[in-house]
Amino acid sequence: MTESSQRSLQATPEQIVYANLLEKGMYLGLLILLVTYFLYVFGILKPYIPLNDIPKCWTMGVSDYLHHCNIQSGWAWVRMVYYGDFLNFIGIAMLAGVTIVCFLRIVPVLWKDGDKLYACFGLLEALILGLAASGILSGGGH
Amino acid sequence: MSKQGKLALIAFVCFFLVPVMAHSVMAATAPVVTDGTDGSYPWWMWPLILLVVTFVMGVAAVLGGVGGGVLFVPIISGFFPFHLDFVRGAGLLVALSGALAAGPGLLKLNLASLRLAVPVALIASTFSIVGAMIGLALPTQVVQIALGATILGICVLMLTAKKSEVPDVPTADRLSSALRIYGVYQEASTGQVIDWKIHRTAQGLVLFIAIGIMAGMFGLGAGWANVPVLNLLMGAPLKISVATSKFLLSITDTSAAWIYVNNGCVIPMMVVPSLIGIMLGSFVGVRLLRVAKPGVVRWIVIGMLGFAGMKALTKGLGL
Repeated sequence: MTESSQRSLQATPEQIVYANLLEKGMYLGLLILLVTYFLYVFGILKPYIPLNDIPKCWTMGVSDYLHHCNIQSGWAWVRMVYYGDFLNFIGIAMLAGVTIVCFLRIVPVLWKDGDKLYACFGLLEALILGLAASGILSGGGH
Repeated sequence: MSKQGKLALIAFVCFFLVPVMAHSVMAATAPVVTDGTDGSYPWWMWPLILLVVTFVMGVAAVLGGVGGGVLFVPIISGFFPFHLDFVRGAGLLVALSGALAAGPGLLKLNLASLRLAVPVALIASTFSIVGAMIGLALPTQVVQIALGATILGICVLMLTAKKSEVPDVPTADRLSSALRIYGVYQEASTGQVIDWKIHRTAQGLVLFIAIGIMAGMFGLGAGWANVPVLNLLMGAPLKISVATSKFLLSITDTSAAWIYVNNGCVIPMMVVPSLIGIMLGSFVGVRLLRVAKPGVVRWIVIGMLGFAGMKALTKGLGL
C-alpha cells in the first residue's frame, strides 16, 4: 500500500457523528409525518381545508391558494397545528430541519479536531440553511 | 421468456401505464377546476393515484439511475391537474426524503465524502435558495417552458455523457489540497483499495452555482448534474461521485425546500403519498436491480423524460 492508501478506509469521526444524527432525525421525521398524515386523512383531526375542497385548491397558483383559503405563509402554520392538515408540517419541518442540526452538531467536533476551516464551513452552512428556514426570504409569488 | 425479460417487460408496461393513467386522470378531473365535485374523483382517490404512480417512478428511478425528483416534477406537472408551484414543492420534498434515507448509510460506508460535499454544498445550497426565489417569482408559463427545455437537456445529457469509474487525476489542484479533499475506498467487487483525489475544483464549484439555481427553480433535485461534474470534471471516482451527489441533495434540497414550504407551496395531501410511493418503489427497485437489465430501463426512463419534457414545453407554450 502507498502512504496515502494507508489512510483509514473508515469514515472520519465527524462524518459518523453527522450520519448518526441524520439517521435518527430522518426516521423520527418520517414517523411523525406518517402518524400525522393518518390522523389527517382518516378524519381523526379536523382539517383546516375540508378534504372535499382540496382538489380545487391544488389547481390554483400558490398566491391564489393562500388568498382563497386565507392561509398565511411562513411559520404561520405553527399557530394552526391543531388542524389535521397543518399538523403534517411538523414532520415536514423535521425532515427539512435535520440537516441544520447535523451541521451545528459537527462544528464542535471539527473545531476540537483542529479543523477550524471546516468548522467555519459547517457553521456557515447551518446559517445559510437557517436563513432559508427562517421565512425571511420570500419568493414573491406570481 | 427469461426472468430478466419478464422484469424488463413489467418495467416497460408500468412505464406506459404512467402516462395512460395520467391522461385518464386529467380527463376525469378536467371539471375540477370549475366545479370540484361533478365528474371528478373523490378526494381520497388522489393519494391512492399518487401512491401508485410514484411507486412506479421509484422503481424506475432506481433502475434508470436517476433521482425521484427528476421524474416526479415533469411527469406530475405535465399529466396531473396540480399547479406547478405545488408540484415543485412536493418534488423537492420527495428528492430530499430520498437523499435523507440514503445519506446516513453512504456516509458510514465512507462512499459519500463530507469533505467533498461541504464546500460544494455551500455554493449549491446558497444558489438553490436563489433559484427557488426566481422560480416562484417568474410566471408559471415561463418556468414550465424552462422546465421542459431543461428536461430535454437532461435527456441529451443522459444519452451522451460518459462515465469514468476511476478518472485519472495526475495531481490534486491547490484548492482541493488546501481543503484536504481526498480519500480512500475499497471497491467491493474487486477488493482493490483506491486512493482518490480531485482536480479542477474551482471550475467545479462555479458549475454548482448553475446546478443550485436549477435545483431550486424547478424542484428537480440535481443528481443528474452533480454526478457528471464530480466525476468527469473534478475527477472523483464514480462511486464516490454518485454517493456524494446523493448526500449533497440532502443539503441542497433542504435550502430550496424551506423556501417552498415558507411560501405555502406544500400541500400534505400531495406530499405524503408521493414521498411514501417513491420510497417504497425505491426499495423494490433496489431488489429488482439485481436481476433487471438496467440498460433497457434506462432507455425507457430517457423516453419517459423526453415525453414529459415535451409535454412541459407544449404546456408552457400553450400548444
